[in-house]
Amino acid sequence: MNNTQYKAPASVEKAIELFSGAEIGGKLLAGGTDLLVQMHSDMIAPALLIDLKKIPQLRAIEKEADGYRIGAAVSGVELMNHTGFCTTWPGVMDGVKLIGSLQVKGRASVGGNICNASPAADSVPPMIAAGALATVVGPDGARIVPVEDIGVAPGRNSLQQGEIVVSFLLPNQLAGSGGAYQRFTPRTEMDIAVVGVAVNLTLDKAGICSHARVAVGAVAEKVLLVKQAGDALIGTRVQDDATDNLVTAVRAACRPIDDKRGTREFRVQVAGVLARRVVATALERAKGSGQNP
Amino acid sequence: MATGPSPWVTSFDYEEKDLKVIGKNPADRSDALEKVTGRARFAADYNLPGQLVGCVLRSPHAHARVLSIDTSAAESLPGVKAVVTRDDFPDLQSEVAAAGELMVNYRDVTRNIMAREKVFYDGHAVAAVAATDRRTAKQALKLIRVDYDVLPHVIDVVEAMQPDAPLLHENQFTAGITPKPDRPSNIATQMTSKLGDVVTGFKQADLVIEREFNTKPIHQGYIEPHACVANYTSGGGGSAEVWASTQGHFVFQAQIAKVLQMDISKVRVNPAELGGGFGGKNTVYLEPLAVLLSKKSGAPVKMKMDRNEVLRATGPTSGTNTKVKIGVTKDGKITAAQAELNYQSGAFPGSALALATMTVFTRYDLKNVLVVGHDVTCNRPKVAAYRAPGAPMIAFAVESVMDELAEGLGMDPIDLRLLNAASEGTKTHMGGTLDRIGYVETLEAAKAHEHLKTPLGPNQGRGIATGYWFTLGNETSGTLNISTDGTAAFIYGTVDVAGGSRTVFAQMIAEELGIALDKVRVIQSDTSSLGFNFTTAGSRGTAAGGTVAVKTCRDAIVRMCEIAARIWDVDVEQVSWKDGHAVPAGANVGEFEPLSVADLAKQASWYGGTIAGHAELNVAGGGPGFGAHLVDVEVDRETGAVKVLRYSIIQDAGKAVFPDYVKAQFHGGAVQGIGMALNEEYIYNDKGIMENAGFLDYRIPVASDVPFIDTTIVEVPSPNHPYGVRGIGEVPIIPPLAAISNAIYDAVGVRMRDHPMSPPKVLKALSGT
Ligand SMILES: Cc1cc2nc3c(=O)[nH]c(=O)nc-3n(C[C@H](O)[C@H](O)[C@H](O)COP(=O)(O)OP(=O)(O)OC[C@H]3O[C@@H](n4cnc5c(N)ncnc54)[C@H](O)[C@@H]3O)c2cc1C
Repeated sequence: MNNTQYKAPASVEKAIELFSGAEIGGKLLAGGTDLLVQMHSDMIAPALLIDLKKIPQLRAIEKEADGYRIGAAVSGVELMNHTGFCTTWPGVMDGVKLIGSLQVKGRASVGGNICNASPAADSVPPMIAAGALATVVGPDGARIVPVEDIGVAPGRNSLQQGEIVVSFLLPNQLAGSGGAYQRFTPRTEMDIAVVGVAVNLTLDKAGICSHARVAVGAVAEKVLLVKQAGDALIGTRVQDDATDNLVTAVRAACRPIDDKRGTREFRVQVAGVLARRVVATALERAKGSGQNP
Repeated sequence: MATGPSPWVTSFDYEEKDLKVIGKNPADRSDALEKVTGRARFAADYNLPGQLVGCVLRSPHAHARVLSIDTSAAESLPGVKAVVTRDDFPDLQSEVAAAGELMVNYRDVTRNIMAREKVFYDGHAVAAVAATDRRTAKQALKLIRVDYDVLPHVIDVVEAMQPDAPLLHENQFTAGITPKPDRPSNIATQMTSKLGDVVTGFKQADLVIEREFNTKPIHQGYIEPHACVANYTSGGGGSAEVWASTQGHFVFQAQIAKVLQMDISKVRVNPAELGGGFGGKNTVYLEPLAVLLSKKSGAPVKMKMDRNEVLRATGPTSGTNTKVKIGVTKDGKITAAQAELNYQSGAFPGSALALATMTVFTRYDLKNVLVVGHDVTCNRPKVAAYRAPGAPMIAFAVESVMDELAEGLGMDPIDLRLLNAASEGTKTHMGGTLDRIGYVETLEAAKAHEHLKTPLGPNQGRGIATGYWFTLGNETSGTLNISTDGTAAFIYGTVDVAGGSRTVFAQMIAEELGIALDKVRVIQSDTSSLGFNFTTAGSRGTAAGGTVAVKTCRDAIVRMCEIAARIWDVDVEQVSWKDGHAVPAGANVGEFEPLSVADLAKQASWYGGTIAGHAELNVAGGGPGFGAHLVDVEVDRETGAVKVLRYSIIQDAGKAVFPDYVKAQFHGGAVQGIGMALNEEYIYNDKGIMENAGFLDYRIPVASDVPFIDTTIVEVPSPNHPYGVRGIGEVPIIPPLAAISNAIYDAVGVRMRDHPMSPPKVLKALSGT
C-alpha cells in the first residue's frame, strides 16, 4: 500500500475543497468496504483519503416534508436500526440487509454502494425503484441526480471532478405502496448478485396499480431502470397477464455477459423468475401498508 | 532401495479394557483458547529482527517458453536486497520421494517452485525478490523483464489426452504401456488394477449400467495462506532455520535441503500453528525461495502468499473424467465392475490417480474388477493432495451408478450396498485382504437412522452414498519426559493439522500412565528435537501419532518399574504396572505400597536417573474407515438452486478418543464435500488464466449454506491400534458429491454427472427434461 494521507473534514465545503483541490489523487471514504479492499489488492493507491463520516449531513436520517432523507455515509446498520425508515422502505431495506455480513453492514453505506458503481450492488436496484434522488454537491454548486443516472459502468460513476453525494431523498409515496428486492446468489450470503430485481409499486383504492418502477441489477454494465417492466403493471391488478408481461419486459431488457458469475442464458432466465417473485412480495406489502402518507 | 510396503512395521494389538480418559470429551482443549482469542501463532505471525519481505513474480501465461529474464533494473532499485530466478537453483534429476499421500519428483519440485525452461500455468513462479518492505518488493517485481514465447495451452483433461493437444513435456512418454510409445504425450502414466475377469463377470449380469462423469478442479481452501520466515546463516558450512505453515516439517526439511543441495541436518524447520492444510501443505512452495533470498541477502526473509497466489499457484486437486460400469444379477449381486479414470495432474505428473485406481471399489466385495487410469499433465498448478486425494470424484461416479442400479433393480440403495459389502477377509483389487472393518455396521446404522423416516415435501429428495479410505502409518517418533513432580510432557513429531492431536495424545498418555489429563502437556517438535516423522497425511495423526504416544508411555513404564524394583530391592520381573502405579507382581514379592508416577519421579534421581520414554517407529498402516452419508435437498426448479436441508453422517471411527472432535472432523469433511458438490470450481478463460482466484468467486460454502450436520459414530475397533483407532479425517469428504447428486435425482428426476451441481447446470439439466 502507498503512503496515503488521511483527512476527516467536518463539513461538505471542506471535503469538496480537499477533494477538488490540487493535483493529489484523492478518494472519498465512506465505510471503506469497497475502497479499502481495492487498496489492499493493489487496484488503487490514492494519495489522499477523505473520510466523509465526520460530516453530520452525511450521517443523518431525517423525515422531511417531501420524504425520507438519508445521508450518503449512513451505514447499513444505522438504517436497520431506524424503525420509521424500515417500515416505510422495506424494499430498500431488502437490498441493504443483503450487503455482506453484519460486520460489513456496520460500515457499508448506501452512498458507497451507489458510487462504487458495481452493476451488482444490492441497494441500488431498490433505490432506483424507489425513485430516490441524490443531492450532489461540487465546486460548482449542488444538483439533484436520479440514482439511476449515477452508475455508468463497472467502477465508473457520472460524478464530476470534485463532486460528492451528500444525501438521498426517497420521495413520499401514496398509501398502498410496497417495494421489494431479491437477488440470486449461489451462496446464501457473502456473495455477489448474479441477478437482482427490485420493484416498487402503488395500488389505488380499487386495487389497480397506479405506479410501478422496476430495476434490474447485474444484467448490464450498470443497474437498469426498466420502464417497460413497470409500465406492464400500471393499470392492471398485477395478476397473471400483467406479471407475464413484466417478466417478458425484464428479460428483454437484460444484456448480460457470460462471466465467472453466471452465464448470459442463466441471468436472463433468472431475472424473469425474480421479477415475478419480487412483485408478489411488493404486492403483499402494498396491500398491508395503510400507514404510508 | 526396495519399494512397496515395508515388512518392518510396528503395531500394537487392540486390547479391550475399561477406559478412564479415552472416549470422553475433555473440558479443556489445549489449542482452543489461543485460537479463539487470536493468540495462536501461525507462520505469518513469526518475525525476526531485520527481516526482509519476499515477493514472487508469477507467470501471466498458461504456457510459455521463458526466453530470458532480466533482473538488473529490479536489483538496482533502492531497498532491494536480493533477487532469485531459475539460475540460482541447481537442476535436479528425476528422483521420486513420498510427500504425504502423493509422491513428488524432485526434478519437478524444483521446476514448480521456480520455472526453468517453461512456465506451465498462470501463476507459476518466475522470480522472487527480497526487499526492505513489501511496497519496494512489489515495485521491484514490476521491473523484472521476462521474455516469453507464448505457447498453446490445454486445461481440460480429455482435451489434454488427445494426440494433437498442446504438449507440456517434450520428453514425456506414457509410462505403463509396453512397448514404449514412439510419441510423447500429456498422458504421463497409465495404471491398471485388476481382479478376476470382467468380461466373464459382465456376462453373468442381468443389468449393466455405464456412465461418464466430469469434475472440475477444486482447491483445499485452507483459511491460512502459505507463509514462512527463513534465516540462513553462513557459519559452519551454512545452515538454515525456517518457520513454516506445513503438515510435515521433516518432509519440508528434506525438500528444502534437496532443492538447495544442502545437508538435511543443516536445515531446521519449525512448524507453526496450522491454519488448515488438507493435503495442500505437504510440499514446499515459498520455503526454498525464502532460504535462498536469505542466503543471498544475508538477512532473514519473510514471505506470504495472498489468496490470489494461493488459488493460482498452489495445489488444487485434479479435475477428472471418469467412466464407471457395474453389472449386477437381478438379485443385486455385483458380477463385475470396471472404471476408467482420467486425472489431471497439472503442470507435472503425479496426481492422486494411483490412490484412486487402487481404491475405486474397495468398499464392495467383488470378484471381477478392472480399473484403468491415466495421469494427465495440463496447464494448471501441479495438483496436491486434498483430503482423501482423488476419492470424492470417483465415489461420485461409483455411488451414482450404484444408485441407478438400485433403482433399476427396485431395491433399497442401502440393501444393495449391504448385499455387496466388503468385510473382514474380503480380497481387494488393490491387493491383499481387509482386516476387521465396520462397513456393514455403518450401513446397518444408516438403515436404522431416524433421518430415513422423515417425510419429504415437493421438490425435495433424499440421497445416500458411502465412502472408504485407509489410514497411513509410516515413520513416527516421539519423546515423553516425566518431570520430577510426576507430570508428563510429550513431544510429538506429526503436525497437529486439525487442532485435536495435542488433546488426544494427552488423553492416551493420561490413560496409559494413570495420571490426570491436566498433568500432561503436549508439545509440537521442530525437526531438531525428534527423529524423522512422515507428513501428517492419510488420516494418520491420531492413529500413528497415538501409537507412538502409547509406545513412549510403555517405554517410560518399563523404566519406572525398574526404579520401583530398586526402591523395593526386588527383581524387575517382580514389579508390574497397574492403574498408574508400580505394584508387586504377586503376593510372594512382599508387602509394598504401590508407587505412583509422582512417587517414582521424585526418587528417580537416586535410583537411576531421569524417566523418559521414546519411540521411533515405522507404524503399520491399515485401519480403514467407512462412512455413509444421508442427505435431503430441495431444488428450486426455477433457478436450479439446491438447498441442503438435512445431513447425517454415519462413520466407523474404530474408537473415538475425543468424540466431539471426531464429530467436528465429520462435519468439516462433509462441508468441504458439500462445497465441492454445489459451487466450487476453477474457472479458466480462453487464455488459460484463472478467473476466480479469490473467495468471492471461488465459492466455498458459508455457515448458512449448510444445515446442522447430524453424526453417528460407529465403533468397530481397528485390530492393530492399541485403542482401536481408525483414521477418520478423510472419509467424510468422499460421499457428499454422490449423495447430493442422488438426492437431486430423487427430488427432481435429473441425474447430475457434471460437477459442480451449480444453479446454472441444474437449471439447464431441468430444462432438458
Ligand atoms: C465482505 C464483503 C461483502 C460484501 N457484500 C456485498 C453485497 O452482498 N452486496 C453489495 O452490494 N456489496 C457488497 N460489498 C461491497 C460494499 O460493502 C458495498 O458496496 C458498500 O455499500 C460500499 O459502501 P462503503 O460505505 O463501504 O463505500 P466505500 O468503500 O467507502 O466507497 C465506495 C466507493 O464510493 C465512493 N464514495 C463513497 N461515498 C461517496 C460519496 N458520498 N460521494 C461520492 N463518492 C463516494 C468511494 O470513493 C469509493 O470509490 C461487500 C464488501 C465486502 C468487503
